[in-house]
Amino acid sequence: MNLMGSERLKRYSLVGPEAERAVVAGLAGGTDWFRSDMPRRRMKELMRRSDYPAIRDTVIWLGAMAVCGALGVVLWGGWLAVPFFAAYGVLYGSSSDSRWHECGHGTAFKSRWMDDSIYHLASFMVMRDPTVWRWSHARHHTDTLILGRDPEILVMRPARLARILGNTFGLVDVPVASRDMVLHAAGRITAAERTFIPESEQVRVFRTARIWLVIYAATIAACVLCGSILPAMLIGGPRLYGAFMLNVYGLTQHAGMGENVLDHRLNTRTVYMSRINRFLYWNMNYHVEHHMFPMVPYHRLPELHEEIKGDLAPAYPSLWAAYKEIVPAVLRQLKDPTYYIHRELPPGAAPYHPQSDGRALAL
Amino acid sequence: MPEWIAACAVDDIDLEDVIPFQHDGVDYAIYRSPQDEFFATAGYCTHERMALCDGLVMDGIIECPKHNGRFDYTTGKAAGAPVLVDLRTFPVTIEDGTVYIGIE
Repeated sequence: MNLMGSERLKRYSLVGPEAERAVVAGLAGGTDWFRSDMPRRRMKELMRRSDYPAIRDTVIWLGAMAVCGALGVVLWGGWLAVPFFAAYGVLYGSSSDSRWHECGHGTAFKSRWMDDSIYHLASFMVMRDPTVWRWSHARHHTDTLILGRDPEILVMRPARLARILGNTFGLVDVPVASRDMVLHAAGRITAAERTFIPESEQVRVFRTARIWLVIYAATIAACVLCGSILPAMLIGGPRLYGAFMLNVYGLTQHAGMGENVLDHRLNTRTVYMSRINRFLYWNMNYHVEHHMFPMVPYHRLPELHEEIKGDLAPAYPSLWAAYKEIVPAVLRQLKDPTYYIHRELPPGAAPYHPQSDGRALAL
Repeated sequence: MPEWIAACAVDDIDLEDVIPFQHDGVDYAIYRSPQDEFFATAGYCTHERMALCDGLVMDGIIECPKHNGRFDYTTGKAAGAPVLVDLRTFPVTIEDGTVYIGIE
């Protein structure tokens, strides 16, 4: 089987035939996913909220951006500005992804207003409408990698390699986000968005798009007036030149894994990362744990990992180890879309979800 | 008048926690606040069918364990996306250390 172009997109479309099939097959709705046993008292401890870790990390994050951005501006025009803009770009264009994610779940801070404030700031940086993507991500958690249901599948089978590589510098995501922003500002949403955003929420989408368009227009106007791209290096531009780590981290989550399964151990990865990467990515490398128990704040995920790792396939020891598996698997799926990575569980682990094992295709 | 159904013993629920209760095939969630008051709501989130008894009880709010949907468990009021529909609540009374919920 070799699916290309429109056939491939149809399988992943939220308004295509797979959407209906997923419902009929009992894969949609998210009520039957495998979860490791966890005593209620321990789970309550792990779910407990705290403002301190996220305030500390946010002060470091925004403080580092302010310092790097200021030095980049001061040194603008010389090579010395490059490392400062590289750091600023990653903090803006890549780390905004994890801040958007954690604050969207409402788990990063204890105080709701802090979660909401950073959520809106990070949404702007990563160019994801806060309302559209809140609903999109809720669906991603309900129906993770279920064809026709999950709007956030990054790597299809076969993969759209040019798109993935282009997004190393936001070359697809940014034009698509810009197109959607204009569409939303005109008071319209896409057919796919209509499947997961309630009508009462749509007015928020239109309002946000209009505000963002004004900010981007002002940035472009500032560039014209200054005769320099410096304003865009600070606002908007980092979503292009600083997005490469967003891709590096994000692809480890699900690429090459099983589709149409009801067990996150079959469709999601946990990868051990260095302290710096875990800061930039806010511990989302513990991704199986996050999907199994989304209410656990990012700063407690290492503890959750220790609690349930006996049920999980061994975590990948590094980003390098993860990519040594991802790259060949994705390349193999170009020729054989039925292939997926199936990892063995350790002795004594709870078995795979009975409905899931071996059902990773609905073709 | 509601029919009063014995749901659990007072000590079955920790302070600021929730437990599940089922009666006649219907699921409920029973809460105990930090002030030692008891409340009862429908057992499932109104956003998607997720059991609230696995969620987080904090500051008068129950958060759904899957999507962070939040409700005031004392009134059932939905507290923002992704929950837009209020949760049904039920009256509660305590007698001789037993929690009763009132079901119409």
